[in-house]
Amino acid sequence: MAGFERHEHDVLIVGAGGAGLRAAIEAAAAGASVGLVCKSLLGKAHTVMAEGGVAAALANVDERDNWQVHFADTMRGGQYLNDWRMAELHARESPDRVRELEAWGALMDRTPDGRILQRNFGGHAYPRLAHVGDRTGLEMIRTLQDHGVHQGMDVFMECTVTRLLLDGGRVAGAFAYDRERGRFRVFGAKAVVLATGGIGKAYQITSNSWEYTGDGHALAYHAGAELMDMEFIQFHPTGMVWPPSVRGILVTEGVRGEGGVLRNSEGRRFMFDDIPALYKEQTADSPEEGWRYVVGDRDARRPPELLTRDHVARCIVREVKEGRGSPHGGAFLDIAWISEKIADAPAHIRRKLPGMYHQFKALADIDITKEPMEVGPTTHYVMGGVRVDADTQMSNVPGLFAAGECAAGLHGANRLGGNSLSDLLVFGKRAGEYAARFASENAASSLDPEQVAAAKRHSLAPFANNGGKGPYQVQEDLQELMQNEVGIVRTEDDLASALEQIEALKERAANVAVTGNREYNPGWHTALDLDCLLTVSEAATRAAIGRRESRGAHSRVDYPAKDPDWGRYNLVLWKDAEGNMKSRREPVRELPGRLTRIIEEQG
Amino acid sequence: MAESTFRVWRGDGETGGFQDYTIETTTGMVVLDAVHRIQAEQANDLAVRWNCKAGRCGSCSAEVNGMPKLMCMTRLSDLPMDEPVTIEPMKAFPLVRDLVTDVSWNYRVKENIDAFQPRKPDNEDGTWEIFQDDVDRVMEFRKCIECFLCQDVCHVLRDHHLHEEFIGPRFMVHVAALEMHPLDTGDRLETLRKDQGVGYCNITKCCTKVCPESITITDNAIIPLKERVVDRAYDPLAKLLRVVRRKGTPA
Repeated sequence: MAGFERHEHDVLIVGAGGAGLRAAIEAAAAGASVGLVCKSLLGKAHTVMAEGGVAAALANVDERDNWQVHFADTMRGGQYLNDWRMAELHARESPDRVRELEAWGALMDRTPDGRILQRNFGGHAYPRLAHVGDRTGLEMIRTLQDHGVHQGMDVFMECTVTRLLLDGGRVAGAFAYDRERGRFRVFGAKAVVLATGGIGKAYQITSNSWEYTGDGHALAYHAGAELMDMEFIQFHPTGMVWPPSVRGILVTEGVRGEGGVLRNSEGRRFMFDDIPALYKEQTADSPEEGWRYVVGDRDARRPPELLTRDHVARCIVREVKEGRGSPHGGAFLDIAWISEKIADAPAHIRRKLPGMYHQFKALADIDITKEPMEVGPTTHYVMGGVRVDADTQMSNVPGLFAAGECAAGLHGANRLGGNSLSDLLVFGKRAGEYAARFASENAASSLDPEQVAAAKRHSLAPFANNGGKGPYQVQEDLQELMQNEVGIVRTEDDLASALEQIEALKERAANVAVTGNREYNPGWHTALDLDCLLTVSEAATRAAIGRRESRGAHSRVDYPAKDPDWGRYNLVLWKDAEGNMKSRREPVRELPGRLTRIIEEQG
Repeated sequence: MAESTFRVWRGDGETGGFQDYTIETTTGMVVLDAVHRIQAEQANDLAVRWNCKAGRCGSCSAEVNGMPKLMCMTRLSDLPMDEPVTIEPMKAFPLVRDLVTDVSWNYRVKENIDAFQPRKPDNEDGTWEIFQDDVDRVMEFRKCIECFLCQDVCHVLRDHHLHEEFIGPRFMVHVAALEMHPLDTGDRLETLRKDQGVGYCNITKCCTKVCPESITITDNAIIPLKERVVDRAYDPLAKLLRVVRRKGTPA
């Protein structure tokens, strides 16, 4: 394989956000040689944007908390489509993963007696999110990054994997290009961990950056791995809506955790108007009780603003649709009102939410200590992903692992805020550990020159399409299509039409042409990203057509009710021998009695 | 809706020049939006590095009208739009292409700084007691998003190219964050003096001025480090005490 930059590792990790870094640290600790590939510079992955905190039942603020309650909250939030084993491991192990961060230098906000402070968040029964102001993700990724680079691993920054390489049925490595020079790299590895994050860039309004084009999902799918739960895409209820250039940028749920309330144009706290039966018992029935909860009254129940994200997003959409939205098509999120309740509220807000204060001040000329923010739903997270074994995180392709957002299972139909950072830590560690073990137990695989040559041809194709159109219009058209027809509320007609249009976009994508050369050429990179975006868009659409009910983040106008029968199945997608996307219903694994009892006890 | 002109640096390390692009601009736009519009409509291959678009990742550093800025946080309404807006890459690092520079030197520098070394846990369960005041003391340093604008503006690096001798303001902040971490037991002062060039900084505070996170780099990080180094290395009384102590320590 002359002419390629070649690298060999025991474990190759694709993605260097929280999950990728944690996996790399663990695999290196197990003695594996580790290659870590990141699409951007190290430390810039989307983990850095996580604001609210990391969920772990440390019970530092409320001693009634424990892993069982966290487990039950996660299952309830996911509408019981979660893989119970992943939910159990996650709830049991996240406290240790958080404490470990502290041993590696992370500093989190403290309780008065010097322990890690925890804050309220949607769907969590007790204050559970360890945090530092509203920049928890930065603290986490920097800690992992600084710890990681001292553990001995090869980091390949600004490097994008376009194909996984296989040896028989087993993973053998990856084909990639480096952004800077456009050179191709061939990575040989005994095990590969995908930790590539989400698919937000398939949508027009998203909190995700250019990187989140579903690479891991698509790489795995084309290598023969199964995807699961792709119909469940989380629209975070509170993204910025104005000015247009910032539309979609996240406004942390921490605002509501600190007492922020949602109001419509009539000034009404509309979240009290519709409280789902599943949460009736846990939700405050007056603003007064809601406030008592915020300030730590243990007998008070959660304010309805802290219901799960899927529900809050739908309520905002309803208010806008019925003509009670804010001037730019959102709702009002007000934290300034707490000055009625506490002395020195502005200083308190600036201390607890410094990033939000700065973000609104700088980008929207809004002082959040004095006036409400305008917010609306933004595509934030995909619950679906590569179907993996709960304990090891290995997919059905031997040697191919996935962790974090690009893996499925933990979150079911809807993810709770704060459960993502803990997911990254718990399952990043597990993926690293088991990938290293797989590498130690298996001989090196061999690379097939024909696959490498095909990957190279594929990567260079856009340069050969003389006279074709550029990639940006195709990307924009796809984003608009997904936003309008595979969005928060869905119908069979829209979805079927979306599927047809995706096929047409695939043809256009195959013919896009790029100008310039291979050195740091965003046009070329966008052209290559289109393949992944189209694969995950098709997966999301097919799964959304398949699930004929409304549950969690998947909401069908033509099937508005939850269907108990569908509650017993996950939807699994795979690629058949002819290259077509197939789907099947896969029974949700039955909960063992000990866990059923926990859920029952938690009411 | 108005038309505005942007004068953007195009080219690599060897050849290049400014090119004017005129586009439509809208309310609330930031410089990065303008660059993206140029990229989508007129120059598909215009190289620019960016991620979060919310001032949190520190990727889109560049010089806007000569000032080191995050493009995503620089609003057009804060610039004089009756003349072309100049956008060019950072100057302290080798140019890759257009607005993208090779910042890998920063990552190599960081790898050479001694890692965090915590004291033994305070509690049997392996945890520590840390108080909010201790956290708050170093919080400012930990806000750093590694945009490297402080490195870009530092004359020791930008004008004198002493990258081999001076780690720059970003890593002074990093060392300060470690040295003042409530749990850390490491000692980086000798290295700071001998290999990392703490003495090169002559406190012009340019770094502080351009920091998008408003970290008081010079006053709160660099000067205290300089003082510690001076106390350690050059204070005659401390030196005498050290000698006495060393002698007094049983072998």
